[in-house]
Amino acid sequence: MTERGGKRDAMGRALALLNRLARLSALDRLRLREPVRRGVYGATKAGFTAAGAGGRAFTAARRLARPERLPSASSPDLFDLTPTDEQRMIRETVAEFAAERLRPAAADADTACATPADLRSTVAELGVASLGVPEELGGLGTERSAVTNVLVAEAMAHGDMGLAVACLAPSAVSTALVLWGDVTQQATYLPAFVGSDVPVAALAVMEPQVLFDPFSLRAKAYRTTGGFMLDGVKSMVPGATSAELFVIAAELDGRGPALFIVESGTSGIRVEPEPAMGLRAAGMGRVHLDRVCLPLNALMGEGQSDVYAECVRLSRIAWCALAVGTAQAVLDYVIPYVNGRVAFGEPVSHRQGVAFKVADIGIELEGMRLLTYRAAARAERGKTFAREAGLARRLCAEQGMRIGNDGVQLLGGHGFVKEHPVERWYRDLRVIGLAEGAVLV
Amino acid sequence: MINPEVPRKFARLVDQAHQAAAEFFRPNSRKYDRAEHTYPKELDVLAALLDGLSASGGGAGASGVRRERVTGAGNHNGANMRLVLGTIEMCWGDVGLLLSMPRQGLGNAAIASVANDEQLARYQGKWAAMAITEPDTGSDSAAIRTTAVRDGDEYVLNGEKIFVTAGERADCVVVWATLDRSKGRAAIKSFVVDRDTPGFELVRLERKLGIRASDTAHFRLDNVRVPAANLLGSPDIDTGFAAAMQTFDNTRPLVAAMSLGVARAALDETRRLLTESGTPVDYDRPAHTQPAAAAVFLQLEADWEAARLLTLSAAWLADNREPNSLQASMCKAKAGRTASDITLRCVELAGPLGYGENSLLEKWARDSKILDIFEGTQQIQQLIVARRLLGKTSTELR
Repeated sequence: MTERGGKRDAMGRALALLNRLARLSALDRLRLREPVRRGVYGATKAGFTAAGAGGRAFTAARRLARPERLPSASSPDLFDLTPTDEQRMIRETVAEFAAERLRPAAADADTACATPADLRSTVAELGVASLGVPEELGGLGTERSAVTNVLVAEAMAHGDMGLAVACLAPSAVSTALVLWGDVTQQATYLPAFVGSDVPVAALAVMEPQVLFDPFSLRAKAYRTTGGFMLDGVKSMVPGATSAELFVIAAELDGRGPALFIVESGTSGIRVEPEPAMGLRAAGMGRVHLDRVCLPLNALMGEGQSDVYAECVRLSRIAWCALAVGTAQAVLDYVIPYVNGRVAFGEPVSHRQGVAFKVADIGIELEGMRLLTYRAAARAERGKTFAREAGLARRLCAEQGMRIGNDGVQLLGGHGFVKEHPVERWYRDLRVIGLAEGAVLV
Repeated sequence: MINPEVPRKFARLVDQAHQAAAEFFRPNSRKYDRAEHTYPKELDVLAALLDGLSASGGGAGASGVRRERVTGAGNHNGANMRLVLGTIEMCWGDVGLLLSMPRQGLGNAAIASVANDEQLARYQGKWAAMAITEPDTGSDSAAIRTTAVRDGDEYVLNGEKIFVTAGERADCVVVWATLDRSKGRAAIKSFVVDRDTPGFELVRLERKLGIRASDTAHFRLDNVRVPAANLLGSPDIDTGFAAAMQTFDNTRPLVAAMSLGVARAALDETRRLLTESGTPVDYDRPAHTQPAAAAVFLQLEADWEAARLLTLSAAWLADNREPNSLQASMCKAKAGRTASDITLRCVELAGPLGYGENSLLEKWARDSKILDIFEGTQQIQQLIVARRLLGKTSTELR
C-alpha cells in the first residue's frame, strides 16, 4: 500500500472483497430468521406500470476536475492463460456465491419472472459493480478489467444466466459511466453504484424488431433547445420495472446511434414486463419512450460513433462470458448423468454416440472460452477488438446453442422436464445469438 | 495474466515463414499437385535456409519438438509455440510441400521426443519418416502385427507398413513393431530403420486425393536387421508405449497447425474474392443482417479462431512443461474438422472460381481432408477427449 501512497494494491483489493464477503455471511445468517422474501417483484409482473420505477434523487456530489478513467491494463508481452491471484480469488468468491445463492434460487426465479430482492442486495454487498469503478470515485478498480469482468460473468452464469444478468445489469451502467461518462455524469450517478444500496439500472440497446441491428436503431433522439427528446421502444431490458436508471441507445438526429442517461422517473417513460423464452429471472421488460425530455448532459461520450461501437462490442463479450458459464454448467451436469444412467446393461456414456457429444461440448466450450478471453484481453489493453468480439459472438451463439441443445438431448425425456435444469439452460442459451446491450465488461 | 496473444518476439519468425511460403511454396503448389511423385527439388534450397534458421533459433519447420529445459519460474513462450506458428504460415503456402520438407518428417518429431542423447546425435541432420499404419491396422495402433525379434545385438523386423509420409525420400523410417504380439500395447516399440537396409522394400507410392506433393509409401519388411541401439526408448516390455504415444501430444498440435494454415489460405482467398465482388464482411453488424456469404464467412472465421487458440494453448502448455494430451486432442479435433469445413465451404462460396483448377481453392479442399485423418482421426481425438472428460478407461469407452 505504501508504495502507491495509500492506494490499494492487488492484495488490498482482494482483502477489501473478502471483507465484504465476511459481512455478507453475517447478513445471510440474519436472513435465515426472516420469512422468505421471494417474489417481491412478482407484484409488478402483470399489466402496465404507470411510470418508470423512479426512486432516489441523483445529484452531483463531489465533482472532479476531469472524468476519471481506468488506465489500460498492462502485462508482459507473452501468450498466457493464467489468471492473476486477484482474479482467481474474485472468481472463486463469485463461483461460491453462484453455487450457494444463484443456482438454488434459479428455478423459482425463472417461474416468477423476477429476481429475488435479497439477491440484488447481496450482489451489492459483494461489490461487483465497485470492481470497475476507479478508487478516486469510491470503487475498487485501478485499471481496466474486462477480463476480470468476463471471469465474474462466467462464474455467475454457471449458477444461473438469468440471475447473472439481473446481478450484472447495474454494473453495465456503472461501467458505461466510467468508460464514457463526463465529470458531471460520473459525479451524479457513480457514487450510488459503490455503496451497499446499488440502484437497479439497465443498459437498453435492443428494440422489438425482426433482424434487429444495434447500428440501425428505430429509437430517435432529437436535439431541442434545452437538450434532447427521446422517442421509441427498447426491448428485453433487465429489471425494467424496478430500474431507477437507464442508459438508452437511440439514433441521434441522423448522426448515428448514441447513448443517453435517463432516470426512470422522467416523464414519458412507460415500462411493461416482457417475459421471454429464457432469462426470465432477469425480469425483462419493454421501455416505451414517448417524447421523453432530457437535459443536454444526458448524452454520453459526446455521441461519438466509436463510443457506441465499443459499447456494443463490450456488451457482446459479456454475453459470450455468460454463454461460457452456462455451457460449462451444462457440461458439468451431463457428465455425472450419462455416467450414472444405465441402458442396455452399461452406462450410456460407454456409447460413442453419447461420449462424442460430451467430447464435442468440451472442445467447443474451450474454444468459446478462449475467444471470449482474447477479445476481453485486447479490449482492456486498448487494442482493436472489433474482429475478436465479432468472432467470439458468432462462435458462442452457434456453439452455445448447440451445447444447450445437446444438454437436453443427452438427458433424453428427463432433459425435457423441469426436474433437471438443462431445459432452462436450453432456453437461456438461445439468447446469445440475439442479445445486445444489458451487460458490459 | 490472461492474454491469449502471440508475443511480438515471434513476429519476425512468422513473417519469414510467411515469405518462404509465399515465394517457395505457392509458386510450386499446382506444379507438384499435378506431378505427383516428382521430387520438389526447389525445396532443397529452402530446407538449407530453414536449417540455418533453426540453428539461429528461428526454426519454422515441423521437427525439433524435443521439450526445452525450462529455465526459471514464470510463463514461457518457446519452441512449441514457435513451431506451431511457423507451421501455420508454411501450410498457408502448401501443406503437401511442407510435408515434403527434408529433415522435417514426423519421424524426426518422434526421435526428438523419445530418443536418448546418443540417438539424437546419431540422427542429427537425417530425414526421418514414421511408419505405424498397416494394411489391417489403422487407428488401433496397439494391434500392429509387424514383429521385432531380438537376435544378438540386432532386432529382426518382419511385416508391412502403409501410409508412410515421405517414406521414399526420407533417409530413415521410424517403424513401430511388437516384441510379443500376446503382450498387446506394452510390447510395442519403435525402431529407426535406414532406408538402404537389406529387406526394407518399397512396394509402391500411393496416388491420393490431396497433398500430392508429398509421397506416401508402402513398405514390406522382410527380415530387416537393425542394430539394437536403434530402438527408441526403453527395450523393456511393459514400459514405453505410453511414452511413444506421448509423441502425439507434440505432433497433434503441429497437424492442427497445418489445418490452420490451409484453412487460412482458403479464408484469405475467399475474403478477397467476396470483397472484390462487392460483398464485404462486417464484424460489427449482426451476421443475419449481412449477405448470406458474409454470414457464412463469419461463422467459418469464428471456427478458425477457436481452432487457432486451442492449438496455441496446447503449445503453450507444452512450453511450460504442463501435461497437454487433452488440449492436444482437442485442438487436433477442432482444427481437423474445421479445415475440411472451411476449405469445402470456400469452394462453394467461390463457385466455378473455386471449383476450377485455375484457383488453388479446390486443391486446398482436397489437401485439408488428410489432416482430419492422420496423427489420429477425428474420431480418435473425440474418444481421447471423451475418456478424459468422463473419467473412463479405454476398456470402458472403446
